[in-house]
Amino acid sequence: MLEASGLAKNFGPVVALRSADLRVRGGEIHALMGANGAGKSTLVKILTGALTADGGAISLGGRPRSFRSTSEARKAGLICVYQDPSLLPDLTVLQNLKLMATPISRFRHYLAELGLDGFDLQTMPRELPRPTLSLLDLARALAIEPQLLLLDEITASLPADLTVRVFNVARQLRAEGRSVIFISHRLAEVAALCDRATVLRDGRTVGVVEPAQGGEERIVKLMLGPVADEVAAEAASPSAPATGGVAVEVRNLKAGTLNGVSFTLRFGEVLGVAALEGQGQEELFDCLAGVRRPESGQIVVGDKGSSFRHPADAIRAGLVLIPADRLQALLRQRPVRENIALPLVSRISRWGPINLRREKRSVEKAVKRLQIDTRVQSEVRRLSGGNQQKVGIARWLVGGFKTLLCFDPTRGIDIGTKRQIYGLIKELAANGSAVLLFTSELPEIQLACSRVIVLFGGALVDEMPAAEADEKALLRAAHGLPSEADPDAQEGA
Amino acid sequence: MSTRAVSVVRLVQQRSFLVLIALLVALAGLIEIIRPGAVNAHWVSNILEFAAPLGILAAGQTLVVITGGIDLSVANVATAAAYIMASQAPFGVTRSIVAGLLVGVAVGFVNGIGVGVFRVQPLIMTLAMGLVVTGSLNVYSQAAVRSVPGVPAVIHTLGSGTVLGYVPVSLFLWALLGAALIIGLRSTGFGRLLYAVGDNIEATRLAGVRGWQVLLANYAACGFLSAVAGLVLSGTVNAADLSLATVLLLPSVAAVVIGGTSIFGGSGSYSGTIVGALILTVLNSVLTLLDVPDAVKQVLYGAIIVVLAAAYTRVLGHE
Repeated sequence: MLEASGLAKNFGPVVALRSADLRVRGGEIHALMGANGAGKSTLVKILTGALTADGGAISLGGRPRSFRSTSEARKAGLICVYQDPSLLPDLTVLQNLKLMATPISRFRHYLAELGLDGFDLQTMPRELPRPTLSLLDLARALAIEPQLLLLDEITASLPADLTVRVFNVARQLRAEGRSVIFISHRLAEVAALCDRATVLRDGRTVGVVEPAQGGEERIVKLMLGPVADEVAAEAASPSAPATGGVAVEVRNLKAGTLNGVSFTLRFGEVLGVAALEGQGQEELFDCLAGVRRPESGQIVVGDKGSSFRHPADAIRAGLVLIPADRLQALLRQRPVRENIALPLVSRISRWGPINLRREKRSVEKAVKRLQIDTRVQSEVRRLSGGNQQKVGIARWLVGGFKTLLCFDPTRGIDIGTKRQIYGLIKELAANGSAVLLFTSELPEIQLACSRVIVLFGGALVDEMPAAEADEKALLRAAHGLPSEADPDAQEGA
Repeated sequence: MSTRAVSVVRLVQQRSFLVLIALLVALAGLIEIIRPGAVNAHWVSNILEFAAPLGILAAGQTLVVITGGIDLSVANVATAAAYIMASQAPFGVTRSIVAGLLVGVAVGFVNGIGVGVFRVQPLIMTLAMGLVVTGSLNVYSQAAVRSVPGVPAVIHTLGSGTVLGYVPVSLFLWALLGAALIIGLRSTGFGRLLYAVGDNIEATRLAGVRGWQVLLANYAACGFLSAVAGLVLSGTVNAADLSLATVLLLPSVAAVVIGGTSIFGGSGSYSGTIVGALILTVLNSVLTLLDVPDAVKQVLYGAIIVVLAAAYTRVLGHE
């Protein structure tokens, strides 16, 4: 149905796409896979008319096409739903729909399919949680009855139950003979949903795989290229249980959804936090990082209680935050070097002359350790997502810390980079740091953590060693269910 | 590929600076064509003398624009500083100069409190402060000043004296401040933080920067530089009236924009602003030579700024 061959795109000196081929049949769910920076987003943007290709050809239903705008592509039946919500926050949902000429009754129909029947169209998108916004975007795309629907990482911000609804809709489209291009870093999702997968690496199509028949390993190999084995060897066992002293003690902490949580984080351990969307984990991390003040409760660092009024206070106490949205922490227009060296100049006592040579040395060391793929002078906004996140982490290797607070550090990052980041986190813990790690992808908990706490409804409902924390156990606990082995365990919680 | 990419980016950036220089030379050439012999050492000396106050005023503006703000009170501050300096001159030169500079720092401090601590939009804050300064100056002039203030000899020499016949004294001050700014922006912690705050103030917060401190110090520095510009200007024109620097407000912003500093903050340099100030001064000289009416001058000024701003967006991908 859709055939693209030899697509190429350059941004100035940067080659985003060298030669990408993609063939999607009618009635097919087709995955598009690739590491960060492999060219997936560029390819999607070309297919939907948001960018024009420098070379190559696209044909749709046998006819050569090239779209100069997204509205042209839309008329031809191609539409994309992106990871980031696209509704304007200050217009009501209804006004948004009218602005984009969306058929309201079809929109309502698909909302119902997605489990949002009875949704009030007068709501302001500003007031809605992110997963709901993603579903609204999807319903809006479906309402124009596309022949080819592109889903660009839409499941990255969706909890498991909503992901299932998205899958059902995609399967329904397939049954009607329409096509879906599905982009996700989650191999399990791809294997469960997709008929075939096209893998990109370095701007080139390197293979087409059928993921269902044990193709997952092949996909990983193709995505990683020649370095696959090396990286795979590094993705190792859970880190050892902690033996160090107490890094942070949280006592009965309350803030927003978070309703009285107590736990201890020790030096030398990676403590995982498992939770569904909005169970108080944001508040927990924000309080620990000094971004937000708790309503009550205590954070004890060392042997004295701390009250952080500003992230600077937390940083001084050794607690630093790696946020999920990396751009929140980065200076997009500034060079990598200035981004990494930022903590070195943050205090008023460091406003004077910078020792450029020493700074360069420590920045280069961090860049090397994290294998950040870049010229140290280039602007951060030109880096791929994974490299941006590495810059955010490298900053604290240079700035110094005792406790690393990682809030979903691998969101939307490819598997190779993920393994690197988890490898680094374990290494930091082994060298004596304390790490608190929340990840929205439950299977990843075991990759890095030695112990897991589970939050549900703002309370700490379970704690288990990583060895027991497989996806099934975590999912049960994260939904507030007692673990299978010991049904009485949660009676008191 | 990586080194090539860097060199290409650098080349474009360097070229934008070269383009500005070329524009400057072209304008000078234009004058030479209109009036053969007009471009000589004396002319250059004059241009530098008139560009210096604008260049110093635009220095403060550059600092503020880099943080993503704008200071619309610079001209009012310059005027007030010069007027107060002149009115205090009978009590001693040093005291009068210090009084003038203090006015600048004080107003900048209040701007910084408003923008940094109370999060008032820089445009609103500085516009309002400009009005407050001008109003207060009027009251001061009526209540406290009996004679028309005269400019002390030192300031007159600073603003219009020359060394070796052609080199303006103000050029030395400008060069000194310029060097301090260019080096300071590049390789001090404070300079880094100005760019950082202008790029993403939330990110600097997460990195432990207390943004209000940076903004407060920055607006105070801008106020100080505005006051210096006011003093130099009063020396150049050898007078300090109540509307001394008013005409320099928009050129101070224009010089920054022409010099390639992003109005949205996070990037830019003072070296660009220097060339911007020179271009505006030479342009003014061309238009004066052509006997262009003021209204047409303003149209051309505006047009040039729009064209350059558009060119930056296209060529350099400023956001």
